[in-house]
Amino acid sequence: MTKGVLVDLNKCIGCRACQVACKQWNELTAEETTNRGTYENPPHLSAHTFTRIRFNEVADNGNFHWVFAKQQCMHCEHPACQAACLVGALQKNEFGAVVYDDKKCIGCRYCMMACPFGIPAFEWEEPLPWIRKCTFCSDRQGGGLEPACVTACPTGALKLGERDELIAVARGRISAKPDEYVDHIYGEREVGGTSWLYLSPVPFERIGFPTRGDAAVTINPERAMSAVPPALFAVAALMTGLYWVIKRKDRLNRAETDDQKEKEEVAK
Amino acid sequence: MTTVRRSFGDIVSVGRSFPIGTSILTAVAVIGLGVMIYRYLNGIGAISNLSDGRAWGLWISLDLYCGVALAAGGFTLAGAVYIFNRKKYYPIIRSAILTAFLGYTLVILALLVDLGQPWYIWHIIINWNIHSPLFEVGVCVMTYTIVLALEFSPVVFERLNLRVPLRIIRSIQIPLVIAGIVLSTLHQSSLGSMVLMMPETVDPLWYTPILPLLFLISAIAVGPAMVIFESSLSSRAFGHKLGQDILSGLGKAIPYILGLYLLLRLVDLAVSGEIGLIFSNYPHNMLWWLEIIVGVALPIILLSRASIRQSKTKLLWCALLVVGGLVLNRFNVSWFALAGREGYTYFPHWMEIAVSAGLIAWAIIIVMLANRYLPLHHHEGEWKVGGGKSHRG
Repeated sequence: MTKGVLVDLNKCIGCRACQVACKQWNELTAEETTNRGTYENPPHLSAHTFTRIRFNEVADNGNFHWVFAKQQCMHCEHPACQAACLVGALQKNEFGAVVYDDKKCIGCRYCMMACPFGIPAFEWEEPLPWIRKCTFCSDRQGGGLEPACVTACPTGALKLGERDELIAVARGRISAKPDEYVDHIYGEREVGGTSWLYLSPVPFERIGFPTRGDAAVTINPERAMSAVPPALFAVAALMTGLYWVIKRKDRLNRAETDDQKEKEEVAK
Repeated sequence: MTTVRRSFGDIVSVGRSFPIGTSILTAVAVIGLGVMIYRYLNGIGAISNLSDGRAWGLWISLDLYCGVALAAGGFTLAGAVYIFNRKKYYPIIRSAILTAFLGYTLVILALLVDLGQPWYIWHIIINWNIHSPLFEVGVCVMTYTIVLALEFSPVVFERLNLRVPLRIIRSIQIPLVIAGIVLSTLHQSSLGSMVLMMPETVDPLWYTPILPLLFLISAIAVGPAMVIFESSLSSRAFGHKLGQDILSGLGKAIPYILGLYLLLRLVDLAVSGEIGLIFSNYPHNMLWWLEIIVGVALPIILLSRASIRQSKTKLLWCALLVVGGLVLNRFNVSWFALAGREGYTYFPHWMEIAVSAGLIAWAIIIVMLANRYLPLHHHEGEWKVGGGKSHRG
């Protein structure tokens, strides 16, 4: 059973205590940013910002919604980054967290390209750069603590629990107040399911959540990779066979022409 | 001492025969080297416009994706000569193997620039994720480079007159060629498998589960085209005489391979019900049309005509179309038709371009020197195809 977090966007007040708590616990430096005319700051996740709140102003069904959406690693059930990483530096662990081991990483950034949510970040300004991303506070969970963001949340918008139970809780909230929630638990099925789950008052595509299919993105590469060993043996056998057959044919032809020449010479 | 003096004289005379060309080449090579040194001191962030929104850029598209595909001349020609016994292509096999070897060396050097932690590249050897397509690419590139070095080594041994290693290499020549074909099949296709991990970001005109197969077939098609390209240029530049029937023979094979490739691409789009995108998916469909018309359909039509294959210049231009189409395809898949994260833009920094250009310049310089110092084009009696009598002798 993997852990997850249910993020109820109806309960989030956009205080960004989670953002601060995350920086504090992970000892992330502040980023210098410019005023972009929004509370949303910094503009992107980065190697120094593992989570942030996105501020969305949405008119939906004639109602105005100001929706605050926490963004961080979704901790997929079938992580593309884990399948992509050639040295196995990214692994989903017993808490459901997808964690990174910089003792293995070589800095190829395939994880960044593979991630369907655009999460892993790179320390571009460092001469010796590593990948950085939300750890689901595995270090805290290992000691029985909740993730720093969950602990910091003052409204209960973030709820840690077993993923299955959280889905049941989310269903309950939707059916209890169908007017306040869209009937969609984001992360329940997206890319084969994620540990982090979201409830929202407006459709997710309206608040910047990427629309993702239900199939894990790892399915096609897995299929392709499972074809590698048979392909290896097939090509090797085919080439050896062709070489043998063609060479034999060549030798027979040559022997035939030699025979003919001999006969001609004898006839002379 | 004498060899040193002679090489200096020869280098000077290379300079004399290509005065402007060589000085530009040397300048590009030296600048590239300088930028690489700067990069190892300051990191890739200091010399590139790569960002979290576009983590792979010019180096991956050009040096890895195009570099590996364009080095396919090595395994295709080795297969034709040693497995399919097409002795006709024998005179150009050595330069094809050399360019493939240099191509792979470039790929590795460029990857060492692109990696954030290049000094940990050996982690691939101890930490295996056998499910990662990139792991397959890494292992195959490493081993195939060694195979290519061994395949080329007889040329060096001949030059240095080392008989024992020469005999050893020749005794394992066929297994080496087969290993080369197997490794190439695996990692040409696994470059396509790598992109399969990105179904949400690669444009559906290019994303397909059969991408590995398409990558393999297009690499097999571009192999002969690259050999035509290199051989035509080097025969012009270095004055080696080369029978036109050799190159036109290579040109004859291309339409069959490209025809299969075109068929697969169209059928795949039709089967997945996405064929309509070639009209509706603006602006990416323009790249698709350019790639298909200029790089696939046109070469199929032109190279089917004997009159075009018999003309040195026309054949060279057709080969360039095939190469151009492949380059555009790999750029499309790994960059142009691959969505980055929102809010980021990417255009390569001049130093990114300088690294790639510098590496290519080094390769050309090495090819020029090899043409001068190594027995690339003439073969002693001992060096015959198909295990003739001389092998046993």
